[in-house]
Amino acid sequence: MSVLVYVENTEGKFKKTVYELISYAKSIADLYGSQLTALSIGHVADDELKSLGRYGVSKILRVDSEQFKSFVNQAYASVIASAAKHTNANTVVISNSFSGKGLAPRVAAKLGAGLADGAIDLPTIDGNTLSIRKTAFSGKAYAITELTSAIKVIALTPNSYDVKENPTDSSIEDFAPENEEHDFDTIIKEIVRASDKITLPDAEIVVSAGRGLKGPENWGIIEDLAEVLGAATACSKPVSDAGWRPHSEHVGQTGIVISPNLYVAIGISGAIQHLAGVSSSKTIVVINKDPEAPFFKVADYGIVGDAFEVVPKITQAIKAYKG
Amino acid sequence: MKVLVCISNVPDTTTKITFTNDNTEFNASGVQFIVNPYDEIALSKAIALTEAGKGSITVIHVGEPSADPTIRKALATGADEAVRINAVPHSAWFVANQIAHYAKDKSYDLILLGRESIDYNGSQVAGMLGELLGIPSVSAVKKLDIEGERVVVEREIEGGKELLSLPLPAVLGTSEGVAEPRIPNMRGIMSARTKPLTVVEPIAVEELAHIVRYETPAPRGAITFVDASEPEKLVELLHSKAKVI
Repeated sequence: MSVLVYVENTEGKFKKTVYELISYAKSIADLYGSQLTALSIGHVADDELKSLGRYGVSKILRVDSEQFKSFVNQAYASVIASAAKHTNANTVVISNSFSGKGLAPRVAAKLGAGLADGAIDLPTIDGNTLSIRKTAFSGKAYAITELTSAIKVIALTPNSYDVKENPTDSSIEDFAPENEEHDFDTIIKEIVRASDKITLPDAEIVVSAGRGLKGPENWGIIEDLAEVLGAATACSKPVSDAGWRPHSEHVGQTGIVISPNLYVAIGISGAIQHLAGVSSSKTIVVINKDPEAPFFKVADYGIVGDAFEVVPKITQAIKAYKG
Repeated sequence: MKVLVCISNVPDTTTKITFTNDNTEFNASGVQFIVNPYDEIALSKAIALTEAGKGSITVIHVGEPSADPTIRKALATGADEAVRINAVPHSAWFVANQIAHYAKDKSYDLILLGRESIDYNGSQVAGMLGELLGIPSVSAVKKLDIEGERVVVEREIEGGKELLSLPLPAVLGTSEGVAEPRIPNMRGIMSARTKPLTVVEPIAVEELAHIVRYETPAPRGAITFVDASEPEKLVELLHSKAKVI
């Protein structure tokens, strides 16, 4: 019996969300009193792999051959299922990232495992039953899911578990997975990455703006504030529908659901669909010139004022504070 | 091209979510149900791909007779026929097995569905269907073009995008940007009444995961207002009280 965690690398490096994921998987292994094995697919340098030991990984399975250079959903799912069998894992932990959302259901189906995706905290374990909380109704509620299968797959929402150091001696072992005939039918044609940009699901701070900004040409003040805060930028649905900002920035019930430490909403009135996507943010700041904006009812801090005057002042104040 | 579009019947996006029976059931009383918005995108794309006699669209739904108006809406929008698997859709695994069982000998070229449903927010069915049918799947695509025997899609990755080519048939979860939304016109609404809606009984599926109860988020504490002329006060609060910067 053991816990297997799949650690996704980004161009050979592990991001903070991976360390969160391992810390989480280690806590589950502790609940079972078992060992934690990490599975890395693709090329990652030894030193980077060894960094996983700091968070409680005992063994690292490495799959690093040419055919696994880039992510192919079916092929990677086969590798994870194969590693789960190899390590006799009863729980497989995967990030609920863009790629993880594609992997987890395939891995679960291969293993005949119950899947809890979008998990937001540690499970409770009672015999063979594992109960876990996930967000449902796009953040308007939580659902407690029970997994009753012999093997369980959990997909953890990024930014929902704190990194915990847990220095452990870890060893690296090369693993030869079993793959299926059609695993490599999908061809990756191109990968485009804007390396300097903080991405929404990873972001600890998000600065978001709505129709109150009046037009795409006014986004400079939003980007300036995001820059001094080290934040990602986001927007409301009307803004992406109008083409002022890309759909990938739309947070809300039918966009991305996020849970950053700090969410700053500027010129967003706070329709129920928008609130659903951001309500699990730890701290919410609302800036709106309408004191009756519904967003103020669910915010921690509020400023009633004109965004075009207030936002540059906040940017200045943060610059001054950060020296 | 034969396209299968899977649709969920979900509460309208403006619904206030409440529960009954000791928080074990969603309270559907007085709730308006709609086609899951992401599944509408899948349907809109299917219509664009099969227009002008270039193919046919079947919509499939796993659910009870109460979902029939939602299914008729999909027919009115432009699907040619509909299938309802007559069962409570109690888990993604259950739903995926029903659809896979129905689809496996019907030689669909493409299976489309929304990247997630806005009720349970699983993005499980696409991957499970792909696995059960032994074909490729992509959980969320932003662009989709047919190129001969293959489909070229764009998907979002952390900090960027990826362009993929998959052989058909494939299962694709659709998100915003894939297609211009279609709405039913009067002719569509009239013809939807006579389009076939076939009811199929479910197969038995082993239960692996199920929801046992719901919780609603705890209300936030009272808001602290800061005067617009004192932004440094907000910075101070975010640093020393909220401890987020």
